[in-house]
Amino acid sequence: MSKKDRLSGNEAVAIAMRQINPDVMPAFPITPSTEIPQYFCDFVANGKVDTEFIPVESEHSAMSACIGASAAGARVVTATSSCGMAYMWEELHVAASDRLPIVMNLVNRALSGPININADHSDGMGAKDTGWIQFYAENCQEAYDNFIMAYPIAEDKRVHLPMMCCQDGFITSHAVENILLEDDEEVKKFVGEYEPEHYLLKDGEPMAVGPYSVTNYYFEARRAQDEAMSHVPEVAKEVQERFAKTFGRKYDFIEKYRMDDAKYAIVIMGSAAGTMKYYVDRLRDEGEKIGLIKIRMFRPFPAKDVAAALKDVKAVAIMDRAQSFSNAGGPLGVEVTNALFHARSQAQAMDYVYGLGGRDLLEEHARTIMDDLKDIAANGHDDYYRYLGVREA
Amino acid sequence: MGYNFKETVSRPDRFAPGHRLCAGCGAGICVRNVLNVIDEEDHAVVGNATGCLEVSSYMYPYTSYQDSFIHNAFENAGATMGGVETAYKILKKKGKVKGDYKFVTFGGDGGTYDIGFQSLSGAAERGHDFTYVCYDNNAYMNTGIQRSSATPMYADTTTTPSGSQSDGKPQPRKDLTEIMVAHNIPYVAQTTFVQNFKDLHTKAHKAIYTEGPAFLNVMAPCPRGWRYPTEDLMEICRLAVETCCWPLFEVVDGSWILSYAPKEKLPVEEFLRPQGRFKHMFKKGNEHLIDEFQKDVDRRWEKLLNRCENS
Repeated sequence: MSKKDRLSGNEAVAIAMRQINPDVMPAFPITPSTEIPQYFCDFVANGKVDTEFIPVESEHSAMSACIGASAAGARVVTATSSCGMAYMWEELHVAASDRLPIVMNLVNRALSGPININADHSDGMGAKDTGWIQFYAENCQEAYDNFIMAYPIAEDKRVHLPMMCCQDGFITSHAVENILLEDDEEVKKFVGEYEPEHYLLKDGEPMAVGPYSVTNYYFEARRAQDEAMSHVPEVAKEVQERFAKTFGRKYDFIEKYRMDDAKYAIVIMGSAAGTMKYYVDRLRDEGEKIGLIKIRMFRPFPAKDVAAALKDVKAVAIMDRAQSFSNAGGPLGVEVTNALFHARSQAQAMDYVYGLGGRDLLEEHARTIMDDLKDIAANGHDDYYRYLGVREA
Repeated sequence: MGYNFKETVSRPDRFAPGHRLCAGCGAGICVRNVLNVIDEEDHAVVGNATGCLEVSSYMYPYTSYQDSFIHNAFENAGATMGGVETAYKILKKKGKVKGDYKFVTFGGDGGTYDIGFQSLSGAAERGHDFTYVCYDNNAYMNTGIQRSSATPMYADTTTTPSGSQSDGKPQPRKDLTEIMVAHNIPYVAQTTFVQNFKDLHTKAHKAIYTEGPAFLNVMAPCPRGWRYPTEDLMEICRLAVETCCWPLFEVVDGSWILSYAPKEKLPVEEFLRPQGRFKHMFKKGNEHLIDEFQKDVDRRWEKLLNRCENS
């Protein structure tokens, strides 16, 4: 039976972790993810889980210990944010190339500098090419649900890759929302036992992990990793369907909101999707034919789904809560326009950089976007991206 | 059960022949002899920091290790093995692992004294039940003989070349063994290849079979970097010990024990002269370098003797 509660995203994720009862959790405190290991240590201290907590001396060691424990055959979990994940960067690649299904909750926060503890996606986007699966949550419920679906996706033999479940710092991680929690036993049953085929501690089968691999083999290893990533959609779809059947909440890689007759669309990720849905409603009330597409799964990128969802729009706004410094838009902008190009789309596309360092997304921004979309649909444009909500000198 | 040399060296090797290390490399000798002290009925997971040893012993698709092995990166051998050991603890408790495992990690001085020091320090402080073995060859040999904090004073390396304005490495060597003692772990020891390996074998056995973290610092000469004839390895090791440049000792639960005191302490020249990396110290006018080196060795040796006497 589902149970109604009021929780922050960090609490919700910590509860999911308790219900899953993983074997090992190495973690290092960093705002705004710190509460997750804190709540979890309470579970450890009071015998609510069997998990061994490793209080590592840095995030680099957190991911290093995750890799050691996962290679040894354990189900492993960790959480971090921002600079903490930047410090893990080398290890993110190793985890993926060793094909270790580690699950990490990334509480998205701006990267330094200047140092800033609030939400944006520069940390997650910085890790988009590390070989990790990435899902982004809109709210506490999704943060909780995504986490429950993570191990069945990551540990599936067709995949065997690490997975990052992302939620926005403070906005989701600390704000208290209504949430439906599932029964402990039901969650355990849904996630199942981890039964790796090959691991360091397997009886009678010593194994070597992390080879030096020269030109003769490296390329094939990396190609195989990409192949594993290509299996994520089919596996994630199965898991989402099983989740819907078990718990009643339906998820897809993208969520379409008021897109049925939309001529204009906004593509967005994370907590701002919720904010933007509200503005879309307001604009709809005024007669604007605008809809929204929320990206839940960013890695692998559901390019065909996005292109199909946008096939009838005249103009699309793509919302990037991160920069690329390419002078040609942010990371989500690149993904979406790539999808549109391959689908031979005629839609005009404008990328917006917004919300860096926790800046709010306001209704006036939504109105600017609406005006812009109508303008570029009628007159075209020669710029690739614009900033929203920044004070220009 | 007492130590039996013949029995120890007659065991099947856990570090298989056919690795790609240079002839006479100290790293391979260190690994083979450390791993062979593990009781035959026990399993092991061997870890390794990136370095000469790693690229020469696990080049895909070949591995030199009979046991399970994990290499992760240069700077995190301690944390990685901490993860493995923790997984063992919980999986053993859950009845998912058969047999007894020992956890032994090897790192060069670069991966141990320098870039991997934080990871090692953290793992030691957390009390993981593992043995960290530093094969100390006094420089970053894998990348081509760059200085490390383990490089002895005045040594000529590719980042501390001797020249008209340089006497080689200006700084004295970091004493990592002493730093590891300060972690209050149950077993710390320093050794090298002398006395027919008895010192190394017995210390390695103690380290691996002591519950909790253990640290073993093994001087493992590199004929390429130190520039002496390959076949002189054992003589170089003997001279390092007889000159007290590399004293043999162990610290058991905080008690310092001297393993060997030379009957007659040889002057440091005996150790320095055969090595090309110290050649510039023997140029006319550089006598003061040898004096300074001797003073540094004497000071450290006296400190060690004091510690052992007062322990």
